[in-house]
Amino acid sequence: MDILNALVAFLNFVFIPAAAYGAQLALGALGVTLVYGILRFSNFAHGDTMAFGTAVTILVTWGLQAIGISFGPLPTALLALPFGIAATAALVLLTDRAVYRFYRVKKAAPIILVMASVGVMFLMNGITRLLIGVDEQRFSDGTRFVMDVRTFKAMTGLKEGLALKTTQVLTVVVAMIVVWALFRFLNRTKSGKAMRAYSDNEDLALLSGIDPEKVVRMTWIIAASLATIAGVLYGLDKAFKPFNYFQILLPIFAAAIVGGLGNPLGAIAGGFVVAFSEVAVTYPWLKVARYLFPGWEPEGLLQLLGTEYKFAVSFVILIAVLLFKPTGLFRGKSV
Amino acid sequence: MSTNRQAAASNPWRAPILFAVLAVLFILEGTVRNSMFSGSWNTALAILNMGLISAITALGVNMQWGYAGLFNVGVVGFLALGGVAPVLISLEPVEGAWQAGGARILIALAVGVGTLALATQAWKRLKTGRGLAVLVILVVGFVVYRGLFDPAVDAIESNNPARHGNLGGLGLPVLLSWAVGGIFAAAAAWAVGKVALGLRSDYLAIATLGIGEIIVAVLKNEDWLARGVKNVTSIPRPVPYEIDLQQNPEFVEFATRWGFSAAEASGIWVKLCYMLLFLVVLLTIILLAELALKSPWGRMMRAIRDNETAAEAMGKDVTARHLQVFILGSAVIGIAGAMMITQDGLMAPVSYNPLRYTFLIWVMVIVGGSGNNWGAVLGAILIWFLWIKVEVWGPELIGLLTSPLPDGGLKEHLMDSSAHMRFIAMGLVLLLVLRFAPRGLVPEN
Repeated sequence: MDILNALVAFLNFVFIPAAAYGAQLALGALGVTLVYGILRFSNFAHGDTMAFGTAVTILVTWGLQAIGISFGPLPTALLALPFGIAATAALVLLTDRAVYRFYRVKKAAPIILVMASVGVMFLMNGITRLLIGVDEQRFSDGTRFVMDVRTFKAMTGLKEGLALKTTQVLTVVVAMIVVWALFRFLNRTKSGKAMRAYSDNEDLALLSGIDPEKVVRMTWIIAASLATIAGVLYGLDKAFKPFNYFQILLPIFAAAIVGGLGNPLGAIAGGFVVAFSEVAVTYPWLKVARYLFPGWEPEGLLQLLGTEYKFAVSFVILIAVLLFKPTGLFRGKSV
Repeated sequence: MSTNRQAAASNPWRAPILFAVLAVLFILEGTVRNSMFSGSWNTALAILNMGLISAITALGVNMQWGYAGLFNVGVVGFLALGGVAPVLISLEPVEGAWQAGGARILIALAVGVGTLALATQAWKRLKTGRGLAVLVILVVGFVVYRGLFDPAVDAIESNNPARHGNLGGLGLPVLLSWAVGGIFAAAAAWAVGKVALGLRSDYLAIATLGIGEIIVAVLKNEDWLARGVKNVTSIPRPVPYEIDLQQNPEFVEFATRWGFSAAEASGIWVKLCYMLLFLVVLLTIILLAELALKSPWGRMMRAIRDNETAAEAMGKDVTARHLQVFILGSAVIGIAGAMMITQDGLMAPVSYNPLRYTFLIWVMVIVGGSGNNWGAVLGAILIWFLWIKVEVWGPELIGLLTSPLPDGGLKEHLMDSSAHMRFIAMGLVLLLVLRFAPRGLVPEN
């Protein structure tokens, strides 16, 4: 039994990738959950909002690189991020003004807002394609690894190597800072408290003099920022392709629902639950098993499902949770 | 999920006039050749045929949404499932595939379904320790299932993998597969509905979105079923082949009499044959749907849709009715899926893109008029026509708009990207209709 090597293999192939992916999902799900909590509809355009923000960030990154600005060992995209956030916030505020406000004022059924978000999804998808095309873009620069396999092996003398990508560390660190800032804002500031009050009980919030339009504007700006950050981190970690951002909507929704729609804490928990189950179910455990039980050679790869089915996993978790807890683990709301 | 769509009086001439406009568009497409239209009957009929299939899909969605208020965003999955039927029904049997592992696959699938059924029963019946019991059943069932399934799949996929590597079909007439496609989709809808229909509006939407993605993922990856990404080609046709027509002297003479070349005429003839078949299916479904809608059943469905609580108080079993209409609508979508694969003669799982096969269908239903069958048909054909033509009109429009710009990178970039105009156009159409004609072009009456 070789527990150390097994542990390193587990960290390298399961824990680290899942933690980074979970952080990306959590940020995406936070945006979905905030929009659901305050505006009370599932925003199908969230994936394409992420794609738009990332596309703008990539364009600015290219601009910065062209004039010779870089961020040392960190990706230049971090410098471009504020521009991406600003552009995305402007775009979603514009769509709110042009599309959603009309239905909000009319108090239309929530499902109509969902449909309108499908229209916005088409529009944003088209705009992103116009901006940057449909091809895959890699825009990660700076140092690639915090720790690479060779250094790790030399340091520890273990047989199994461990690689830690800069983007993975960055993802987790940025996500932690963003979540900390968000919760501080929601719990400590007047605007944050107004948002929570509005989310809990709209009528009561209106009676106590909260300006609903201001709350809505704030929600959109925060959602746009979260979407852009999540999109850029995901793009840095993997690669940017507009269609992938549409597909990532499913695990993001799953994360938001598993945690309970409208509940920020739930969104974070949901993101990690979904990410860890996806990776654990689709990882071939043979390697780890060999270290733990040498001499015992199983026939298969000890892989529960092929990697192609990772989206399926998020959905199965979603159904399983909904069957037992219809509004998610952390008691979300339902309109 | 009350949607409160009160019917209002609308002009009875509205639908006929809109359909006439649509007809004029297709005649223009067939006869006029300029920067906007192709002037080819082959193109016009190709658009129309796919429009008719889309219309059938839209009818299915309309039954779920328009009659019952169920928001199904997994249309692509049911279409894809219907598309499996022509492969399994009409392809010639693959030599040796069934012997290799056909029976074992069926047994494995039975074990899988049996495990789920057993787990459900255990959950319902047992009082103490049911969580543990269900877990044990699931784990043991999964291990047995994989033990049977994996070797069977390997055996089938290694059977002549270059040409086949799948189970093959039964060699039955392809028209039969249209009905079977409906049955496949209905069966899936029953399973999905049992699990997901208890969920509330947004939760149901996201659940169906996930189911659609899963069905497509299965088709892409389970090669033994429909060859996965390797695609199934040469699915038999219910209509003559162009090449046979061109070699038939009688047909060539007939074509020249009408002033067409043999090649063009054969294409048109084949498409007309498909059109007739599609029209028969479409009109049958509309007839049945209209009869159902005007029956007590239809009135009950609309009562449930408009006020679920009141309907429930009057003793209607809302969940059972929802399940029923969900199955019916999905069956119609499945039929359309089978028809589409029959027309293409090709099953390509990769092409099942939710933007095109779920959300575009939704645009069709909303633009046409949800709750109205003729509206769904009109919306489907009109939106499909636009979807195809915007790809031509977009570059024309951008060319016109950018003509004052100097030649250079920006202009080139805009011209290159103009093909993506169709998404923007569809989004705009959907948003404008939702805002200014929320009940659609041909509203429910």
